[in-house]
Amino acid sequence: MTKKLVTYSYLGLLLAMLYAPIFIIIIFSFTEAKVLGNWTGFSLKLYTSLFQGGVHHSLTSALWNTLIIGLISAFASTLLGTMAAIGIHNLNPRQQKAVQTANIIPILNPDIITAISLFLLFVSIGISQGYTTVVLAHITFCTPYVVLSVLPRLRRMNPNLYEAALDLGATPLLALRRILLPELKPGMISGFILAFTLSIDDFVVTLFTIGNEGLETLSTYIYADARKGGLTPELRPLSSIIFITVLVLLLVINQRAVKKKL
Amino acid sequence: MQTKIASYFGRRRNWTIPYVLYLALFVLIPMLLIVFYAFANNEGELSLTNFRKFLMQPEAMNTFIYSIGVALITTFLCILLGYPAAYLLSRMDSARAKLLVILFILPMWINFLIRTLATVALFDFLKLPLGEGALLFGMVYNFLPFMIYPIYNILQKTDKSLIEATQDLGANPRQVFFKTILPLSFPGISSGIMMVFMPVISTFAIAELLTINNIKLFGTTLQENIYNGMWNYGAALSLVMLLLIGFTSLINTESNTKAAEEGNLI
Repeated sequence: MTKKLVTYSYLGLLLAMLYAPIFIIIIFSFTEAKVLGNWTGFSLKLYTSLFQGGVHHSLTSALWNTLIIGLISAFASTLLGTMAAIGIHNLNPRQQKAVQTANIIPILNPDIITAISLFLLFVSIGISQGYTTVVLAHITFCTPYVVLSVLPRLRRMNPNLYEAALDLGATPLLALRRILLPELKPGMISGFILAFTLSIDDFVVTLFTIGNEGLETLSTYIYADARKGGLTPELRPLSSIIFITVLVLLLVINQRAVKKKL
Repeated sequence: MQTKIASYFGRRRNWTIPYVLYLALFVLIPMLLIVFYAFANNEGELSLTNFRKFLMQPEAMNTFIYSIGVALITTFLCILLGYPAAYLLSRMDSARAKLLVILFILPMWINFLIRTLATVALFDFLKLPLGEGALLFGMVYNFLPFMIYPIYNILQKTDKSLIEATQDLGANPRQVFFKTILPLSFPGISSGIMMVFMPVISTFAIAELLTINNIKLFGTTLQENIYNGMWNYGAALSLVMLLLIGFTSLINTESNTKAAEEGNLI
């Protein structure tokens, strides 16, 4: 009994520490004050003004840019990473090791090294920085994670299934669609979600590859805001909404997974 | 032409080629560019000026050493706080543990700049001063989940029969922990260290916000140099950092590749 009590109070304490700042954001999203931490009475004004088009045009467009860049990067890295994983699985062991080692480099590199190296690449080639360069950069650090989530599924697969399909007269394309892809789907989906998450959360790499033509994502927008001294108040309700949505989604997925097991 | 392409893609191993080209263009060449810029002066001639400047100028050097110190303390605190949490989670029934692990990872979904600014508000609210203490809190706060997750993953996969065997052989609970459980979880700790130590050195923004611009870490130095157009010097400093990464990952390459294969690095 005491053991259980100790367990839960320790984990509870850590979680309280992790969540304290988030609760502050959520609580103060229900007041109008410009400065985070000032309470000027309950109000939903920040929520309504967040959804009023035009008022915070730059914030809304930053949000859209973040989502679009996230979707394109996640889609492209899932495609590239899945193809790569299928290819790697069919290489000889030495080649496999080489490609896999190269695959971990972007994961081990801190953001800022990836950012500076890509910045130097883009200025050396002389491409103007903007949407394209950000997407290319995001694909660079997202794809390795897709490869890592698809590869284990290939390893676990029965290799005879694919051969059997070919023996029974399926074309390679049909066998790919009917045998391989269904088997890889869970890995591809988790790779996609991971890539999307990494992309929308990225700040450093984006900052170095976004150029200076006024393109903003949520991260660079907040950074510029913070350097000016304050946070746009509407970011509080926006963060709260994102947080609650993700919380509910994850809990639902988890519940379903638990039920399936039972 | 079409049949040629089809037969080319018919061979599965060729499917690696697009990604290998991508890696070459966007990972390998850019990293070589860092080396190239680092060993060149502003006129593009081969020189060691940048490194001489790094060794002679106390400012960048001091920031570098200070950052390593902050990173060491943060990593230590993350292990100290995170290991017990991971251990306790691994002992729970798996459905409940999964839920709690999700709760530990969830804060990462809020943009870290917003979370950091909220931490500033929290410190103001509690009337605590901003500075070194706030910096360490912010760092631990940001990186703790990266320590808990890999350790939890390893502990959860640990073969229970090994622990039982140790008990059967007469070990007391303390011996069971120090002789069996802890050594078996080293790969998790080492991937946790990789996930915490280097990123702390290279973060920027967090330190400025939590110390009202009083303290800066090496990441900020890098960013400032690149932003002020000192590409060569910035590249040299990046190379110094790359060497440090190479050094730390050399120490545990084996456990790294293994951890990455098992998805622990995520």
